[in-house]
Amino acid sequence: MSEHHHKETFVTKYIFSQDHKMISKQFLITGIIMGVIGVLMSLLFRLQLAWPDHSFTLVEAFLGSHQTDGVMDPDMYLALVTIHGTIMVFFVLTAGLSGTFSNLLIPLQIGARDMASGFMNMISYWLFFISSVIMIVSLFVEAGPASAGWTIYPPLSALPQAIPGSGMGMTLWLVSMAIFVASSLIGSLNYIVTVLNLRTKGMKMTRLPLTMWTFFITAIIGVVSFPVLLSAALLLIFDRSFGTSFFLSDIFISGEVLHYQGGSPVLFEHLFWFLGHPEVYIVLLPALGITSEVIATNSRKPIFGYRAMIGSIMAIAFLSTIVWGHHMFISGMNPFLGSVFTFTTLLIAIPSAVKVFNYITTLWKGNLQMNPAMLFSIGLVSTFISGGLTGIVLGDSALDINVHDTYFVVAHFHLVMGISAIYGLFAGVYHWFPKMYGRMMNKTLGYWHFWITAIAAYGVFFPMHFIGLAGLPRRYYTNTAFPLFNDLADVNVVMTLFAMLGGAAQLIFLVNFFMSITRGKKATQNPWKSTTLEWTTPVDGIHGNWPGKIPTVERWPYDYSKPGHDEDFVMQTVPLKEGEEES
Amino acid sequence: MLALFYIFIAIAFSIGIWQVNKLLRFTKKTITDENNQEVLAFVQSEENPLATEKNNDLHGKFFLAFLIAFYALMAYCLIFLNDIMLPESASVEGENDDNLFFISFVLIGIVQFATQAMLFFFSYKYRGVGNRKALFYADSHKLELIWTTIPTIVLTGLIGYGLYTWNTVMDLSDADNPIVVELYAKQFIWEARYAGADNTLGRGNVRNIEGINTIGIDMTDENSADDIPVRELHLPKGRKVIFKFRSQDVLHSAYMPHFRAQMNCVPGMVTEFGFTPKFTTEEMRLQEETVRKVTGINKIRKAKGEDPYIFDYLLLCNKICGASHYNMQMKIVVEEEAAFYSWLKKQPTITEIVQ
Repeated sequence: MSEHHHKETFVTKYIFSQDHKMISKQFLITGIIMGVIGVLMSLLFRLQLAWPDHSFTLVEAFLGSHQTDGVMDPDMYLALVTIHGTIMVFFVLTAGLSGTFSNLLIPLQIGARDMASGFMNMISYWLFFISSVIMIVSLFVEAGPASAGWTIYPPLSALPQAIPGSGMGMTLWLVSMAIFVASSLIGSLNYIVTVLNLRTKGMKMTRLPLTMWTFFITAIIGVVSFPVLLSAALLLIFDRSFGTSFFLSDIFISGEVLHYQGGSPVLFEHLFWFLGHPEVYIVLLPALGITSEVIATNSRKPIFGYRAMIGSIMAIAFLSTIVWGHHMFISGMNPFLGSVFTFTTLLIAIPSAVKVFNYITTLWKGNLQMNPAMLFSIGLVSTFISGGLTGIVLGDSALDINVHDTYFVVAHFHLVMGISAIYGLFAGVYHWFPKMYGRMMNKTLGYWHFWITAIAAYGVFFPMHFIGLAGLPRRYYTNTAFPLFNDLADVNVVMTLFAMLGGAAQLIFLVNFFMSITRGKKATQNPWKSTTLEWTTPVDGIHGNWPGKIPTVERWPYDYSKPGHDEDFVMQTVPLKEGEEES
Repeated sequence: MLALFYIFIAIAFSIGIWQVNKLLRFTKKTITDENNQEVLAFVQSEENPLATEKNNDLHGKFFLAFLIAFYALMAYCLIFLNDIMLPESASVEGENDDNLFFISFVLIGIVQFATQAMLFFFSYKYRGVGNRKALFYADSHKLELIWTTIPTIVLTGLIGYGLYTWNTVMDLSDADNPIVVELYAKQFIWEARYAGADNTLGRGNVRNIEGINTIGIDMTDENSADDIPVRELHLPKGRKVIFKFRSQDVLHSAYMPHFRAQMNCVPGMVTEFGFTPKFTTEEMRLQEETVRKVTGINKIRKAKGEDPYIFDYLLLCNKICGASHYNMQMKIVVEEEAAFYSWLKKQPTITEIVQ
């Protein structure tokens, strides 16, 4: 970073900014917009699931030609679940969560003036922006957007004859995702280099806040696994457009035999899940990092087992790259492989259990400050437990046979990565809003937001396990074709009501967020009495972060309520007293 | 346009929330005005953006209440939603599965009840009220060791039992005189083919699909001649059935939930699964859990004026395959071996059909 700053124009400050703080806001707001679209879609298909064949003006209003008299078409139902999944997993929980907080916090918490490359950082955002625009444009394609499920398994995703969404909609989906991967890779490389090279004096790796550890490891998982998705997407583009047969073989459709021979959809599944499973942790780890920080600060206690936490993050990251096959137990792959993947998968329960117990022990004998961020973090631990435990059923190949692709899976991953990660996102926004905008968010609205969301989330996803155990497959446009499932209809209605409640609660968040940007109460420099470096910067963030020299780090980040100090927190910049031991 | 209208309503509603919240901060207060007279006025109190002791107290208690409500929800789901569960496994192999599931479910149930209790109870107990001081407690190797070792031991047991079950279910090599059946998937229809007298299926490929030979049986293969294509699946009770799955267009998944059986159908390759039916359809209809579920279903159907439902085994598609994925099904009939063979004998072989 150069020491003297040019006068910035509107364009360089707000649009093509290279300042990591502005870029993080751009990621967040784009993520929020995508999140609104994703949630709205889920409400539309929840209406269909609860009251199939009923006419809704809401459906009529939003689905245009893809509905008949207020009832959505089956193809559109599949498109909605597909795009909902894609948007929530990639655009909201990867870019919106990791993009926002890695950008905001990495330079601030390690004591750097900016990212290693501000320019690459800017490129990363704008690629993400372009890919978001393409994804939104794909919604308006005449034949409808991609509708082969967010996992886009070929041949369904390769053949427009099989489903109309696999025409132009799928092409745009693939292009959008290819650009998204580029964005993610550029961002991740930047994060890794920044954490390794730009730490301020005294900031040893073992003094990094756990947020930094999770963002750092997340970036590494991203760099390892995202390119594989890119290659899968490229090969699929070849199959679709240039007649190759990587994933296709022996297909008879619309009365004719296609020329494809020798490829295998199972290969695609391997490539997809080699990213797809680590992706779960790309989504989840940053949320867990944020939670570690928020729980420690608001418990006024050091996070319990700092080193064990780092160890479990690394263990989870390593294991996450060798478990992808548990999505494919019944794909037709060799059952022996199934055994291997069962073994590695269930091992993940160990570091996960360590993390949960460490969170709970951090709360124990704390002095809990119930700020909205804290509520969301406690909520996260709860949903992470509830969702994680059912992973023990799903990761067990023998049990997976009967619950694979049922609503049991849907309930599992929504709790463990969907709701948990979104809680992490909210916790982060409430906690670091003062660092982003120099103002505080409204506390009362934050409380309402949390409690309604928490009730709604369990209201939707807890009963969902049981309709899954009743054998109900996911991605069914309606369950009325089977009398066997008649008795699940009421449960679906209840879930939809809770979903609508939860959706409405997000309006509280949106208004709180956008109004607080201009009308929130002015923040003080360190409102939560936290110890980490970001709270030593001026309230109104400046380009370069610190006006003078970058502070030196003297201790680890969790000296809360340390005996021998007057206050219940000691900033990382405060030198150790004589005879004081670093924890 | 209607969409814009809905969006406008949502925005107006949200801003309403903000304004109401602002209004709620006005309180009645007696103040002295410029003429030194006491008047009643509405004064807006500044919100403290940090959690106060009052907030800590309230939300700590809310967490306790949330725990109780969550326990109630779990209990409700476990007890009352029990009626909608699948009845006991209708295949011999599935029994292992049910046992393993039961053990896993009890285990995760215990952990769920215990950890949620600790989490929310601590949130309540240690809420920041009354000059509470937090304990500086950063590490304990003993505790870490305990909660690394215990899950490891428990999981080792689960993994062991899980792998044993998986290998038992998936190993088809030791089947004694099995019946070989091909399940053939295409958008949105299931077909089946019995191997006939030689118990060997003839080769199949989509390139042989022609006219009445809808599943592409290779008629030049001598094993094909006695193959029997059908549209309704019949299985004999007590005989191991080995399924060979094929698909002609996209991925499908053959899901037979009552038998705890599922396998993907993949274009370009043949996949396998096997099980031994344990109850005939008739027996299953009389089974206690089935009766309970069917009674529940029929209560609902009666209220809607629909015909009563009679239980049948089903084959469903459980891999997204297109618009009518939700309705891709085939009835399965399990019957005594004699009845099965007399039914099979009545079905024409592919040779008879083609001629």
